Amino acid sequence: MPEDVWIIGASMTKFGRYPDKDVLDLAAEAALAALDDSSTTIADIQILAVGCLFEANAMVGQRLLSQIGQTGIPVYNVANACATGATALRTVIMSIKAGESDIGLAVGVEQMGKAGLLGPAGQGKPKRKVFEPRGRYGAVTNVEGVLGTQLMPGVFAQAGMEYAYENEGVGFEQFAKVAEKNHAHSTLNPLAQYQKRFTLDEVMSAEMIAYPNTLLMCCPTGDGAAAAVVASGTKLKSMPLEIQRRAVKVAASVMTSDPWAEGGQAQPDVNTLTRLAAARAYEEAGVGPADLDLVELHDCFATAELIHYDNLGLCEPGGAGEFIDRGAPWRDGSIPVNVSGGLLSKGHPLGATGIANVYEVTQHLRGEAAERQIEGARVGLTHVIGLGSACCVHILTR
Amino acid sequence: MAKQVPIVDYLVLGDPPRLEVSTCTACGAGFFDRRIRCGRCGGRDFERRVVPATGIVRTFTIVHRAAPGTPTPYVSAVVELDDGTRVKANLLGVEPDPKAITLGMKVELATFVAETDDEGTEAVAFGFRPLNGGKGFSDA
Repeated sequence: MPEDVWIIGASMTKFGRYPDKDVLDLAAEAALAALDDSSTTIADIQILAVGCLFEANAMVGQRLLSQIGQTGIPVYNVANACATGATALRTVIMSIKAGESDIGLAVGVEQMGKAGLLGPAGQGKPKRKVFEPRGRYGAVTNVEGVLGTQLMPGVFAQAGMEYAYENEGVGFEQFAKVAEKNHAHSTLNPLAQYQKRFTLDEVMSAEMIAYPNTLLMCCPTGDGAAAAVVASGTKLKSMPLEIQRRAVKVAASVMTSDPWAEGGQAQPDVNTLTRLAAARAYEEAGVGPADLDLVELHDCFATAELIHYDNLGLCEPGGAGEFIDRGAPWRDGSIPVNVSGGLLSKGHPLGATGIANVYEVTQHLRGEAAERQIEGARVGLTHVIGLGSACCVHILTR
Repeated sequence: MAKQVPIVDYLVLGDPPRLEVSTCTACGAGFFDRRIRCGRCGGRDFERRVVPATGIVRTFTIVHRAAPGTPTPYVSAVVELDDGTRVKANLLGVEPDPKAITLGMKVELATFVAETDDEGTEAVAFGFRPLNGGKGFSDA
């Protein structure tokens, strides 16, 4: 029987832009805060996993230890697109379940600066002078914008519009309501990159990026870090009662990739692997969607959040439009979703996101979420997707 | 007439131009790119198959902010062809306005010259235009 796994410390930096800091400053700030939160030191830690997508090949984990304590422990530097942070966390969880470690540290960090909505594609590319087939599709030139769009705003817009095609009661307004909600939620989160409320009309009349996503329906780029200290059940029993009291159980930790699906090659399919991960996580944790007190899901774009209501089973099948229309995912609704402000307003420093959502749920389950506390929260779910694709779902309980 | 090449190798120029997939002979799954084994069933053998030139719009977006050099706005869509194959491309000959595009509208394959290189060779790309001439209509 594998060990129980517990979160005993968690932290995140405020997300934003830190031109005067580097990745190590941000990672160290989060790591040291998580160690303090668990009343442990780096000397107690037996495994470190670090996710930093933009510096995936730069040994960020070891460089972090050189800043906070070089103890010779195993270090895993991981990358999984926007699921990078959750992958780091899951690496530590697996090590504990395997019995190789009984306490470990996971850190997610990213410094994106003002990368722009389109990432590197926004910088333009030099033109090739003579056509010559390249790659597995034999493309003779850049096909972005010629054979449809593969950039994030358009891909997630199309994912949302496909849901609108297949289901009733979903349109521009339902997608916009998601952003209205998350911006409103963020006003209670001092660690959010933005803390500004917008009316539905302001959301809908903001600059159109890729219909139906306006600027206020796209997450910002930014910098930040998050960290978690994870321990086995056996280790936890040997720790001070105050740590035990505040510990949050990892009731499920699941990762999936894309099973084959029709259309998956035309456009990344963010639905199938999320549904698969959710089903496995509910089974592993022995809970269902009705048991969830809060959910932090991957709202990189407003269209994404809406379809994940259905993918995670939060609403009736096909009922995501009705779910947002009746206010169910608002903080005073039946299943609060993204009470942190979500990626849309809290921000999305890629590597940090999949641990920052665990930090958020942990705070609520401990009753330490201050102004934005969901009263009496006992079960929470986190979800991230790294396009390409990797999906991680964690269910936390206390 | 200028020399023409297809922008990707799954577009086959001819009269009429067509899209081809590499089809798994074991399970029938179709792939636009070169595969080593079938992603669906692990099958080893593939054969070329022409896919239908007509289908419906499953989803679309109207892109307003794009990489430098890409004219905006334009309409990107995923089209479900009559045999179920799905392909991404731009919609041609429609206003970039949500009111002009209906999910489920019928479309057909069309080609256009996307770019010319320094030797005067034209790269021919494909898109889909509404069937029956212009305006979108619901397939319901």
